[in-house]
Amino acid sequence: MKSLKFFLLASALSLTVTGCSSKGGATSEMGADAGLGGTGGPEISGYDEGGVGTGFGAGGGSAGAGGYGAGGGIGGTDGLDPALNDPSSPLSKRVIYFRYDSYEVLPEYQAVLKAHAGYLASHGGRSVALEGHADERGSPEYNIALGEQRAKAVSKMMQLQGVGAGQLQVVSFGEEKPAVSGHDESTWQQNRRVEISYSGR
Amino acid sequence: MIKRLVAAFCLGVVSGFSLTMPARAELNVQITQGVEGAVPVAVVPFAQSALPGENMGAIVAADLARSGRFRTLSVGDMLEQPTAPEQVHFKTWQVLGQDDLVIGRILPVGSGRYEAEFFLYDAIRGTQLASARIPFQQPELRRVAHRIADIIYQTLTGETGAFSTRVAYVTQTLDAKRNRLYRLQIADTDGFNPKSIIASPEPIMSPAWSPDGKQIAYVSFERKTSAIFVQTLASGERQKVSELPGINGAPAWSPDGSQLALTLSKDGNPDIYVMHLPTRALRRVTDHPAIDTEPNWSRDGRTLVFTSDRGGKPQLYLVPSTGGNAQRLTYNGDYNARGVHSPDGRNIAMVHGNGGDYRIALMDLQTRAVRILTRGRLDESPGFAPNGSMILYASHGGGSAQLEAVSIDGKVHQSLRIDSGQVKEPAWSP
Repeated sequence: MKSLKFFLLASALSLTVTGCSSKGGATSEMGADAGLGGTGGPEISGYDEGGVGTGFGAGGGSAGAGGYGAGGGIGGTDGLDPALNDPSSPLSKRVIYFRYDSYEVLPEYQAVLKAHAGYLASHGGRSVALEGHADERGSPEYNIALGEQRAKAVSKMMQLQGVGAGQLQVVSFGEEKPAVSGHDESTWQQNRRVEISYSGR
Repeated sequence: MIKRLVAAFCLGVVSGFSLTMPARAELNVQITQGVEGAVPVAVVPFAQSALPGENMGAIVAADLARSGRFRTLSVGDMLEQPTAPEQVHFKTWQVLGQDDLVIGRILPVGSGRYEAEFFLYDAIRGTQLASARIPFQQPELRRVAHRIADIIYQTLTGETGAFSTRVAYVTQTLDAKRNRLYRLQIADTDGFNPKSIIASPEPIMSPAWSPDGKQIAYVSFERKTSAIFVQTLASGERQKVSELPGINGAPAWSPDGSQLALTLSKDGNPDIYVMHLPTRALRRVTDHPAIDTEPNWSRDGRTLVFTSDRGGKPQLYLVPSTGGNAQRLTYNGDYNARGVHSPDGRNIAMVHGNGGDYRIALMDLQTRAVRILTRGRLDESPGFAPNGSMILYASHGGGSAQLEAVSIDGKVHQSLRIDSGQVKEPAWSP
């Protein structure tokens, strides 16, 4: 008998003990579909291993850190300067793609970068987040570093063209937030990217 | 469809519901390839009329079979089912071709307490190899079974068992609105008793167990940028230990638990630092304009292995944990990353990329010879079982990411499948 099947498969969500949010008056259950996406805060829970002789406690969930993440976040396009959304302008293009395991900005993206740099240089009050991403191949933490190097390469070029460092926020999500899901080169190509994200309003 | 049993008791009331819930598993653990010549062993169902439900013997048998080192006899093939020493006829088990025999029973000792008693026999020689009586309460039944499996495993193989340990991993699911939800989960190594210790709409990465198994360090993007937290499992209390500009990543505990190696890019590009946890003082270990990340401590705490692309491609390097010159370790393949030391200090497991495939490989530190252990296309995040016998890793083999385990001789393969979503970044507890 080589194979053993355990019957199981409660979902990822069953048997979890969650702490309650300490803010927002949320005393209801933290349903998985509701909650997190909307409030932007994590739920933290205790874990008691219930070792032999100690009894099996479910662990006391400490209060959830409900105060984090006010929502909104980076990447909103509402309320943007219409100039940024004019499809005939290079400013409407806000994603730079990269070759595999490379953080070199390719020549074909110079025009897009230059347009955004020009816009930001002349709108000193505006800022962007440069979100670096990697494809799923290789090691997750290495991909975090790779995504950051990509975003920093874009940041450097923009600064050379007169954008203030304070207008540029670099963040890397590595392979954690793919634009497209799939496991082939055409997918990976779309995931190796830096997204230029204007904070709206 | 997904059933949710979410117990959210506010006002600090701790739920006791797991006392009465039937045990369930989140990960479906299967042996996909066992060792040829696995030892035939019969584990007779335990007598437990006082505690009906899951049979303790069945849990022990499943553990042993899952190791790939044993071939367990199916209950239907057992000609008799002894549960006490005086009922054992070794001849019967010899006829059935069994090398070893396990019997056991659960005895009530009053006020909700029980004792599990088992006997391990060499069925060929007709001698007793081990026995024990373990007191417990009903909710601990699975845990006691894992302990018995550990004793049997150690008696028969001479190696420490790892059935009583746990696995941490990150799941990623989509909710009804297609929003991502990340959870850091902890389950027994057979996939049972999964519990979530943090859930967040932003990525959670790189769980790392403290050497005493009481805390987990991890990376969370809950404030849209990375931060490293250390969470105490029993209380759920956690501390943010690093939230500097740029990357706060790849936490790795020193063997004595007093220091955390990590990756920071606060000074411009990713470099390795060591944080003294009691004071949070930082010591810089590498200083190079390329990417340096994924530190992992040697057993003596003197050396860190890390990933760097300073040579043009990601490769592994060694550096004294106090800082100093880095020495390149890997030369084969065009991608070597995420090096981790084996518990005995002799090997380093890594992600080895060559010709477009990413597999888990093992380097012998003495000879520097590299062996590829896995067959996936996109294997990553290797980590050792505490007894060093298996390497647990994530694989994107068949589409969504799943967990796999391989014995360090490459012979036994297990898959740990989850029913929905992706599962990544496994970490085996001490």
